[in-house]
Amino acid sequence: MTDATQHPMDGPTPDDALRQAKAADSVDDQGRLLAADGTPLKRSLARSLRVQKIRALALIAPLLLFVLVTFIAPIADMLFRSVENEIVPETLPRTVQLIGDWDHNSGEAPDAELFEAFYYDMAIAAQLKNHTRLGTRLNYEQTGISSLFRQSGRDIEDIGDVYVDQFEDLDEAWEEPATWLALMGDADWRDSYMEWFEGEQAGAPPAFQPSAAASEALPRTVEMYTLFSEFTAGARRDSLAEDEPWPVAYTALYQDLTAQPSATAPFEGEMATLVGAAEDAVADFETVDFRSYFIDEIDEDWGNPEVWATIQTFSGPFTAGYFLNAVDMQETPDGVAMQPDDQRIYGLLFKRTMFMSLTITFCCIALGYPVAYLLATLPMRSANLLMILVLLPFWTSLLVRTSAWKVMLQQQGVINDVLVWLGLVGDGSRLVMINNQFGTIVAMTHILLPFMILPMYSVMSTIPPSYVRAAKSLGATNWTAFWRVYFPQSVPGIGAGSILVFILAIGYYITPEIVGGTTGTFISNRIAYHISSSLNWGLAAALGTILLGVVLILYWAYDRIVGIDNVKLGG
Amino acid sequence: MTISKTLLATTALTLAAGTAFAQDQEMADSMTIVSWGGAYQNSQQKAYAEPYMENNPDVSITWDESSNEAVAKLRAMNEAGNITWDLVDVVASDAIRLCDEGLAMEYDPDDLLAEAPDGTSAEDDFGDMIVSDCFIPQIAYSTTFGYRTDMVPEGADAPSDICSVFDLETYPGKRALEKRPINNMEWALLCDGVAKDEIYDVLATEEGQDQALAKLETIKDDVVWWSAGADTPQLLADGEVFMGSTYNGRLFSLIEEQDQPVAMMWDAQVYDLDGWIIPTGLPDDRLARVRDFVTFATDTQRLADQAKYISYGPARESSAPLVGQHADLGIDMAPHMPTNPENAGNTFLYNYEFWADYRDDIDAKFQAWLAQ
Repeated sequence: MTDATQHPMDGPTPDDALRQAKAADSVDDQGRLLAADGTPLKRSLARSLRVQKIRALALIAPLLLFVLVTFIAPIADMLFRSVENEIVPETLPRTVQLIGDWDHNSGEAPDAELFEAFYYDMAIAAQLKNHTRLGTRLNYEQTGISSLFRQSGRDIEDIGDVYVDQFEDLDEAWEEPATWLALMGDADWRDSYMEWFEGEQAGAPPAFQPSAAASEALPRTVEMYTLFSEFTAGARRDSLAEDEPWPVAYTALYQDLTAQPSATAPFEGEMATLVGAAEDAVADFETVDFRSYFIDEIDEDWGNPEVWATIQTFSGPFTAGYFLNAVDMQETPDGVAMQPDDQRIYGLLFKRTMFMSLTITFCCIALGYPVAYLLATLPMRSANLLMILVLLPFWTSLLVRTSAWKVMLQQQGVINDVLVWLGLVGDGSRLVMINNQFGTIVAMTHILLPFMILPMYSVMSTIPPSYVRAAKSLGATNWTAFWRVYFPQSVPGIGAGSILVFILAIGYYITPEIVGGTTGTFISNRIAYHISSSLNWGLAAALGTILLGVVLILYWAYDRIVGIDNVKLGG
Repeated sequence: MTISKTLLATTALTLAAGTAFAQDQEMADSMTIVSWGGAYQNSQQKAYAEPYMENNPDVSITWDESSNEAVAKLRAMNEAGNITWDLVDVVASDAIRLCDEGLAMEYDPDDLLAEAPDGTSAEDDFGDMIVSDCFIPQIAYSTTFGYRTDMVPEGADAPSDICSVFDLETYPGKRALEKRPINNMEWALLCDGVAKDEIYDVLATEEGQDQALAKLETIKDDVVWWSAGADTPQLLADGEVFMGSTYNGRLFSLIEEQDQPVAMMWDAQVYDLDGWIIPTGLPDDRLARVRDFVTFATDTQRLADQAKYISYGPARESSAPLVGQHADLGIDMAPHMPTNPENAGNTFLYNYEFWADYRDDIDAKFQAWLAQ
């Protein structure tokens, strides 16, 4: 909002207060000026200013809210992905807790304890189908992890199945989902669950309540069964009384029974018999060594310390990894390192994007300035016609204009045909003008030209012709009159046009994609690739954040050098 | 509560659940199907959707031409918790990724898909085509080369070997290749003397990747890189390139429908699959409708019908003998299928597992190489 005193307003303004104070000539005993109503002038002024500010805010509130909700918030959410890494600690909570203690320089895979934690994490993740997503995430950092996780997700049930078979051989009751429900669940919860299940199943099922005995004697098993029941009853709406628990629950049961000296104690009746029999039998059970099973049976890559080092490096909920990747670096267990030479691409693309955007901006200035000058100085009738010609491309689809350049510039295209026909180039040595930087610069200059001409024109049309005439009458040559008098006044138009064109160009995507070939593509093409093809949204967000930062810094630098007050979009 | 009591309760539960399930599912009466647009979507409309709507006049089908960015959009929809698509046509590699991300529904082939007329189960009839638990195969297509017959140098034979792509002496002129490493790296290694069954072992190593890029380097100055399937046919029609890779259906329409002086070079064609996925998290009534449609649209006759409109091979073994003539041109479609024995002398199958792992890495290398 501008200074309110410049505009006549209905409400009280500081001006009013001052005038009234003067008229009343009222001063209180401490020598402070008083307003008409007797309050000190200072406070009265502050109040009226505040009221104005609130009113101004109220006026822009709908737009502000709209922009915040539909524009700023989604962008902020997207950019936040550039540092977010929740997927690792969420999918592997037990592993992440322990992996910090493992020494990645030891040259060996972690110890049995970590493998045990990892087994539980993976077995649960495989049931929830989260493991492949995590594999994809870690594959960004180390090639091959994706298939390692997918493969392991398929094989991991085999570990639990070893125990499933043994428990079921011992007593067929272990096969029954109902046995588990009775063993694990609290009696009251069981009743309310069944009531819910038999009813309309409205809302969420009652949250699983373990029985006191099970929690005391079989803590791990309860943990696994809780996860199983949340997924089966909550997410899938399947019956707990019909679905057998995940094999990992049997592994947990085995471990609980071997770890607890007298697991039977808290149970009563049939359950005590069942658990008691199992407790006696587990000593003779065939056991699985998680570490050797992972390395020998599932995939030898689990013995590769590099895989574990990658998990360790990216175990936190936030990561700088995407930003490092975006500047051709990578996070390794030993700190930050440059990417291998042959994979550095983003630095090159950023530099190229800057260079080409600047080139396009200068081309637009060079081509647009004379046109804007003509528009501003020609008589109205011809200027209008010219204006329509400038605006015409605006009304044509971007794709059509870009494709037209393809037809013009390609080797069998219009320009080459004409040149060959004129005999300027031989048929065998037609010029290569498309699918390279040249093609992109030509097509984008054409497309962005109106954005340069219009602000220039609106500034130039306000420059009084009499100034140049005055300069000439004082003896200036045509050139001096233009350069010393006219040009400085048109600079704000150039500034505005340049900012518009440059910022539009730096984020351009469609035209470079179509005519850019390999040497004429921008960083935005890579961002689009990561958003829609590789699905590496974290990296896309990091690249986008950097691009946004670069634009803001350039804008700031421009403000310092040229001064943003010198930019005019209109007269 | 004792075990026996629990078991009793269970039986009651099971009965209750059983009766609830036996009731006929309500089916939604509208569906949004996502496909690729163009001639391909047209063939689906003619072969699947129109007959289906004849049988079910109440159903309305909305088509969305978003398959190109289906994976990204499905992910966004899933995060927003609002799935507006019912059935999505994607290539197999995208289906695998959607399945990995939990965005596509896993299905049981024998439960969802109709069996072949001779009683072969759907799982056997589709066979290896079911490359993912979420992927419902429709067609096999291939990426292969076409060349201008009028630009073959005098005295040289028409190119019939993939390595003529790398032979600038015999066949000068520009080549159109896709702007991604997939397929190009394999062809380069094959023509650099690597045995066909070792290609992926070699490509998994740094040296192998460098070797492939070095081979591509020999023709880099003569390559036009394409990113949309329509590019190569256009470049061939304009005479901008002598030969170029693209999808076989595109070349078919260029040759047979538009009558351009272009011929196919089937050598080392790379098979890929295209099919449906059902997004996860559909409400029951919409899911029931989609299941009904998919069962119909992937039966033996429907898949064979599609080949009347486009030269892609049906994914069912039992459909192959039923492939007839082109609906408008009246020519036999069988010789134009990528799976036709005469065309399938030397073929690759897109290696989904390998590219799922190496895609990001090799792509970074490839793009860095391109940008130099």
